[in-house]
Amino acid sequence: MLKETILKKLQDKFPDADFKVNEHMGELSLTFSRKLIVDVCSLLKNDADLRFNLCEDITAVDWGKSKNRFTVVYHIFSMMNGFRLALRTDLEEPDYIAESVSAVWKTANWHEREVYDMFGIVFNNHPDLRRMYMPEEFEYHPLRKDFPLMGIPGSLPLPEKK
Amino acid sequence: MEKDYREEFHPKIIQALLKQKADPTEDVLDNEMILNMGPQHPATHGVLRLVLRLDGEKVIACVPELGYLHRGYEKMAENMSFYEYIPHTDRLDYISPMANNVAWVLAVEKLAGIEAPKRAQYIRMMIAELARIASHLVAIGAFAMDVGALTIFLWTLREREKILDIWDILCGARFTNSYTRIGGVANDAQPEAIAKVKWFIDQFEPNLAEVEQLINTNRIFIERVDGVGAISKEDAIELGFSGPNLRACGVEFDLRRKIPYLCYNEIDFKVPTYTEGDCLARYFLRLDECRESAKIVKQVVDKMPVGPVQANMPKKVLPHKDEVYTKMEELIHDFMIVNFGINPPAGEIYHAIEGSKGELGFYLVSKGDGKPWKSKIRSPSFNNLQSLPKLVIGHLISDVVAIIGSIDPIMGEADK
Repeated sequence: MLKETILKKLQDKFPDADFKVNEHMGELSLTFSRKLIVDVCSLLKNDADLRFNLCEDITAVDWGKSKNRFTVVYHIFSMMNGFRLALRTDLEEPDYIAESVSAVWKTANWHEREVYDMFGIVFNNHPDLRRMYMPEEFEYHPLRKDFPLMGIPGSLPLPEKK
Repeated sequence: MEKDYREEFHPKIIQALLKQKADPTEDVLDNEMILNMGPQHPATHGVLRLVLRLDGEKVIACVPELGYLHRGYEKMAENMSFYEYIPHTDRLDYISPMANNVAWVLAVEKLAGIEAPKRAQYIRMMIAELARIASHLVAIGAFAMDVGALTIFLWTLREREKILDIWDILCGARFTNSYTRIGGVANDAQPEAIAKVKWFIDQFEPNLAEVEQLINTNRIFIERVDGVGAISKEDAIELGFSGPNLRACGVEFDLRRKIPYLCYNEIDFKVPTYTEGDCLARYFLRLDECRESAKIVKQVVDKMPVGPVQANMPKKVLPHKDEVYTKMEELIHDFMIVNFGINPPAGEIYHAIEGSKGELGFYLVSKGDGKPWKSKIRSPSFNNLQSLPKLVIGHLISDVVAIIGSIDPIMGEADK
């Protein structure tokens, strides 16, 4: 029921866009172009029937392949309808750049910083894009599939003795 | 100002501090300074580091720095089977490990399409609620201790100790429990454990009332935290608050009600809310939740059905150790599950439970192997901490301590 409403509203607003719908274990997810993410999110958040007001989680998946290597996944929740929706956008080569949704949900700020830290995905228009966990001097992005589990020796310098 | 602090702080932190809009005080005085708080500070509940920009004693900007307890649990999850990861969930929110165990196995069961038997689900509900009580007791005690009322910490920890004793009977460990299994729980709840739970619930209410009386008649405590760190409903949702902190702002949002998992729809309980959204409201709300959880545990124990505690799916659920040693089939299944994993079908799921700190979710991607291709932890403490700058700006340094205590962050979970 709500699924049709969401799809209809999105297709009315973005007639040219291609929304791939996927349902797995009763969870609805939409895949679409990365350029639309901010517009789609603000529509989903501000529409009076949908009101996806809670951004639960933003993360990325490294598929370990050369084409469409990363997928950024957003989990948003509508408190009004008690409905969870997953949004997915694939990132294109060669630069892994996504648009920041921190203007839509403030909580996206830290989630995007975490994704930047762990995957090296840069978010355009992010207010404060710093590393979340690793030190600023660290050069690598640990959750990428090509980063070894044991770490890289010497990549984290020990503090100097004073 | 930027120049003076360049040696101590990373320039990007200083930038972030200066970017935050200061209070509309017209003339910025010369006594503005930058103060480092933590990561080794007793009031930061672990290793949280705050960089504060101060005007006199007033905080005008705050930048939390995380990562001092980052152990890379998401990376580790990608390199081990679903079973192997259960003990690691204990180390996320180490105050309520049982709730994390439950959250992880529920996510894996959703991914693999396993359903645990009814009795196992009731046991899981019981341990999740007891974990919530234990966690809130620590939160209340530590919060009171942070603002100077030490006795309460001792009293609440005394109650928590009884819950740890229940864990001891139930699974043999007091802190790092790893009690749940995919498709059920490790062993059936013993009659002694159930009896102890009943005894605990019966004596808990008067003891909690005693604690409450001690705090509520303490004028210093009440005046110290009343109206401190208030946040509005809209801001709280916008900043990703969840759990008790969100309900203290007047939003009646509880995943146990909104998306019932386990058997919460068979249980009668209230979702307490307060409207003030300040430190005092968060404290009162935790007290109320303790009472509600006690009510839930009581019903769960009364209603608990009899039956098996592990699903009968030999290819996905580890057999009991006794059977492994005596039966050929079970030995083969045990070997296959331990060495190759349970191979859930390819796909991705997100499952969240109402943990003791808020919404604790796991996002799992499977490619059909024995290991998760990706596992993301949606930790409530991480999200709750994000609003810290918003809460502390305009308050004194001593209030920062109270605010951190009231939002109850656990760094093991926030840093992963």
